[in-house]
Amino acid sequence: MSTTTLQTSQLQPEAAAYETVLPAGEHWIHLIKKGQTFRIVDLEGNQAVDTLFYKADDFSERYSAVDTIREQGNVYLTTGSRLLSSECNTMLVITADTCGRHDTLGGGCSAESNSVRYPRETRHMHNCRDTFMQGLLQWGQGMDKREITHNINFFMNVPISPEGKSTFADGISEPGKYVEMRAEMDVICLISNCPQLNNPCNAYNPTPVKLLIWD
Amino acid sequence: MTPETSTILFEEILPGGWNRSLLLKRGTALRLTDLEGGANVSALFYNAHNTTERYNMPDTLKAQFISCLGKGTVCYSDMGRVLVSLIDDSCGWHDTISGVSNARTNQRKYGSHPYQSARNSYYRNGFDALLLELAKYGMGKRDMVAPVNFFTKITVDTTGDLMFITGNSPAGSYVDLQAEMDTLVVLCSCPHPLDPSPTYAPGQTKLTVWHSAIPPEQNICRSFCPQNQRGFMNTVEYHL
Repeated sequence: MSTTTLQTSQLQPEAAAYETVLPAGEHWIHLIKKGQTFRIVDLEGNQAVDTLFYKADDFSERYSAVDTIREQGNVYLTTGSRLLSSECNTMLVITADTCGRHDTLGGGCSAESNSVRYPRETRHMHNCRDTFMQGLLQWGQGMDKREITHNINFFMNVPISPEGKSTFADGISEPGKYVEMRAEMDVICLISNCPQLNNPCNAYNPTPVKLLIWD
Repeated sequence: MTPETSTILFEEILPGGWNRSLLLKRGTALRLTDLEGGANVSALFYNAHNTTERYNMPDTLKAQFISCLGKGTVCYSDMGRVLVSLIDDSCGWHDTISGVSNARTNQRKYGSHPYQSARNSYYRNGFDALLLELAKYGMGKRDMVAPVNFFTKITVDTTGDLMFITGNSPAGSYVDLQAEMDTLVVLCSCPHPLDPSPTYAPGQTKLTVWHSAIPPEQNICRSFCPQNQRGFMNTVEYHL
């Protein structure tokens, strides 16, 4: 896991069973079935895509950043990373990645964390955890705020230093870069296409992403 | 005030491999003392009056530009408030990015040592121990989030690889957590799954609670960074 290698996919967009464009600031919640392949395309570059996964038939089992990091022995996600659940089961495997590295320690922005990280008036700016909440409320089934755990930030760059420091750095993604993953169980995917304007996670310009699913 | 200069409200030994919880009232502090060295104390923190407000690892890291906890840092809730502040610490590095052991990691590492044969020396894991303690408050798997692993040091190199650092916590190491809100503290003392020791031998931790009452304006954690000044302001306003 210690070297960055870019892996392209053989899957053709015209053969996808599902395709949509998700504007910045919008949520998307969708079932991805075992064996299906899911791709996120960073259409205009440097767009953080905040993503959570739940086991479809028992959402108390969900993506776990810390179990994923510990079991792969590395803090960054790329091709070959197994996205593990809170019970250490493999939910998805990253099968292609033309960006090279994705964050899972930076979490999602919120009104409340804005009020800590930036001048207090930034509380009232659109944010990922409110967007996640809209998706959870849309899905229903008893989902609530407790489902908002530590997400993946696809295409986002959060370097961790050997001295124990972390920063939000300029992105390393570019227009058309994508990441692709195969579901190893039926999962519900919840995305907030990040609207943050106060740090370089989106190059200060949130943009749309494309989502595709192949059977 | 320190535990040496204040009245001790509570003191107890947490044996290795066990779970415990306590309500830490605002203005009191909890000292965890690693009595034998090499302990791992995993901790979760909740607003005692509304447990949907809970410790948030990413918010804690990004607000303070850190990837581990130490003296002067705080544990943020997901609501932009300070649950506990690390007012003192002899250790310098406490992990919060690598989770806890579970039945599978224990089995892989130590094999099977169930109660039937081992009695109360049976091997326990962090996930089940924390979950058990959460269940006593009506909480469950949906309330489990990334914990802090006190006394454990795991570094990240420039390529992102993790390394467990042995010897981070000599015997007698301590960390002092002052509650800035009424905080439910859920603890377990199971070994960290990346600890290279092949032997299951978690050591004892002493829990000491005292009335510390350091006001925000005198708290070293508040001046750690401008973000913490705003975090303390949010926390004070919550109690108006």
